[in-house]
Amino acid sequence: MSTQEHAAAHVHRDDIGAKMGMWLFLFTELLLFGGMFFLYSVYRFVNQDAFHLAAKELNTIIGMFNTAILLTSSLTMAISIAAIQKNNRNLSIFFQLLTIVLALGFMVNKYFEWSAKIHHGIFPGGEELLAKSQGEILFFGLYYVMTGLHGLHVIIGVVLIGFMTRLTKNGVIRQDSYVKLEAAGLYWHLVDIIWIFLFPLFYLIT
Amino acid sequence: MSSEAISTNKNGYVSYLDYKGKHTGFLGWVLSTDHKRIGILYLIALMVFFAVGVTFGFLMRLELIAPGRTIMDPQTYNSIFTLHGVIMIFLFVIPGLPAVFGNFFLPIMIGAKDVAFPRLNLLSWYLYVAGGLLAILSILLPGGPADTGWTFYIPYSVRTGTNVMFTMFAAFILGFSSILTGLNFVTTIHRLRAPGMTWFKMPLFTWSLYATAWVQVLATPIIGITLLLVVIERWLGVGLFDPSLGGDPVLFQHLFWIYSHPAVYIMILPAMGIVSEIIPVFARRTIFGYKFIAFSSIAIALFGSLVWAHHMFTAGMSNTGQFIFSLLTMIVAIPSAIKVFNWTATLYKGSIELAPPMLYVLAFIFLFSIGGLTGIMQGVLSIDIQVHDTSFIVAHFHYVMFGGTGFGIFAALHYWLPKMFARMYNQKVAKVAFWLVFVGFNVLYFPMFVMGWLGMPRRYYDYLPEFQPYHLTSTVGSWILVLGLIIMFTNLIVSMRKGQTITKWNIWGGETLEWKVETPPTLENFDDIPVVTERPYEYRENDLAELEKEAK
Ligand code: HEM
Ligand SMILES: [Cu+2]
Repeated sequence: MSTQEHAAAHVHRDDIGAKMGMWLFLFTELLLFGGMFFLYSVYRFVNQDAFHLAAKELNTIIGMFNTAILLTSSLTMAISIAAIQKNNRNLSIFFQLLTIVLALGFMVNKYFEWSAKIHHGIFPGGEELLAKSQGEILFFGLYYVMTGLHGLHVIIGVVLIGFMTRLTKNGVIRQDSYVKLEAAGLYWHLVDIIWIFLFPLFYLIT
Repeated sequence: MSSEAISTNKNGYVSYLDYKGKHTGFLGWVLSTDHKRIGILYLIALMVFFAVGVTFGFLMRLELIAPGRTIMDPQTYNSIFTLHGVIMIFLFVIPGLPAVFGNFFLPIMIGAKDVAFPRLNLLSWYLYVAGGLLAILSILLPGGPADTGWTFYIPYSVRTGTNVMFTMFAAFILGFSSILTGLNFVTTIHRLRAPGMTWFKMPLFTWSLYATAWVQVLATPIIGITLLLVVIERWLGVGLFDPSLGGDPVLFQHLFWIYSHPAVYIMILPAMGIVSEIIPVFARRTIFGYKFIAFSSIAIALFGSLVWAHHMFTAGMSNTGQFIFSLLTMIVAIPSAIKVFNWTATLYKGSIELAPPMLYVLAFIFLFSIGGLTGIMQGVLSIDIQVHDTSFIVAHFHYVMFGGTGFGIFAALHYWLPKMFARMYNQKVAKVAFWLVFVGFNVLYFPMFVMGWLGMPRRYYDYLPEFQPYHLTSTVGSWILVLGLIIMFTNLIVSMRKGQTITKWNIWGGETLEWKVETPPTLENFDDIPVVTERPYEYRENDLAELEKEAK
């Protein structure tokens, strides 16, 4: 009976469709952050002076450093895709791993940045913070929530790329079939782009 | 599923119910990536949650039969109406049609073998069940179930000691499931239509799913972040919505309704799609204004996303704001009205067959019109201020959500279940059940319009004696309604297991693709991908005879 052959017939491949799904998903991620950007703009509009004051307390150098790291990691990710297209598996794996290292570097920086702030009593519910004006409290509230959510995305990205590295090793991702890696790349660029928005909002506009 | 010998068609293909893949039995279902099996998984889960939700509604009505305490204390009442709302909205009417019938029939209707991402599809179901269980689990955990109402309004949702975190997290997971389904459907419709299936040859149910899927994808992330923020707020006390820390609770309401109003369209559009499917079949006439109906789905999705603030007229808003949102709200009524006119025009001079699916559709049009008109009333500022937070609102949204979506789901059940399970239900019993449900419904909810107008507030445990007659009537209505529901579901469930077997491909004489495949469909729906040449609903009497010949 043809029951058995059938299972195989079910496999179907549509790279354009897969990429389309990924784009739609990225759109929902943008909207998720969009809700936060909406809150940020309303609160900034209402508390201009306080936001100005609070932003001065953030360390622009660390922020800039992290921006550079993320931008570079977007590049290494793109290179890894180019490498697999040229059928250079090892190079691709190398650049994927490099992307992961850079992402972890970003998180380490973030850790130092956050812990310094927390050490100074600037964290939700912290005495130092509660002594400040309402606008500043909001600024730091948004800062922690938005960069925290972004950090969570970075971690998800690391796991995702780690997965891709394994798939590349196993030969699931190869020269003639790399749409998964491309999707992971798109995700990583999104994480990068969101940071590009967060950086000026929190560190630069003072 | 079925115990008879495995039935194969002339080419030796096996139906999706009999198919034995890598796993069999229970695992063959919960690990299956077949869109049809996933649709049925959803159906089962959905019905369980619906039963729980109805039980809560029934208990609330029982409590309200007389002033003062009757069967429960006020805190329990608060928890029960919250859970009732959460279950009915997030677990029943929002996922209902797309998840069950969209999954089962969307690929078949466009001539595809499956959805674009079958495994993602299964993941959506897992998320759905996980979210549902989490919501119900919150009842058992210390602290007790949430008591905030399904709207989770700040600041109460941050302050109450009950398990709001769980309930909100459940809603968050359900949102994720909804997004994945939407994303899957958009991609499926773009990528997997059979040759010849152009946009304007697509069945109207598919159109409505397409519009819905976009709303799911675009609106749901907003509720996701909103719920997440409240969870963070409870957990860390960041203060984003807390006035004492500079936050603004009204912003929560904006974010909440930016999703929740469009969510109304996630609920109602697929139901409208069902109606547009069923009417031409049972009126034996070409649908009137196909393109108008298709485009009005998109228009509803578009305009519907701009009117959220009409839920906040009394929450503090500028006069210009109130005016704009009031006006926009009126405008959304237009595409809905277009649909109703087109349906009536199709029915006009048709030879109407009052089979059970058609009865539910006619009831849909009637109840939805009442719900819609009272909705327009609330779009009018002066009236809204009078009826805000009264049982008038409760009546209105039950007419829309239950009378609309709920009846849409019932219509779909009666229309498609025989196709899915190859067994026919008892049509006489189905009609009796229909009349009980319909009459019970109106006896239950209509008095709420009246007492709301007279000032009976919503979400109240106790009331003044002058409202007693209305409450009594309403509670009696709930008995009739629940009796009808029990008969209806018993009939369907029993018949799907033991009813008369059918193998006829086209039981109702429909013209869309799902009627041109076997009953029940084979694993891959189509032995050969069809080439579509005709528009749907170009109803010709001869076709019926022709199809029946084919089936033999
Ligand atoms: C598809 C079906 C239904 C849907 C979608 C639905 C939805 C809702 C929602 C969203 C609420 C508001 C809860 C709140 O204010 O937080 C509500 C309230 C209520 N529902 Fe339902 N419901 C459905 C069926 C039923 C049934 C079958 C009954 C009775 C047997 C019922 C009785 C009630 C009552 C009495 C309230 C008012 C609670 C109050 O304001 O105190 N509902 N429903
Ligand atoms: Cu609304």
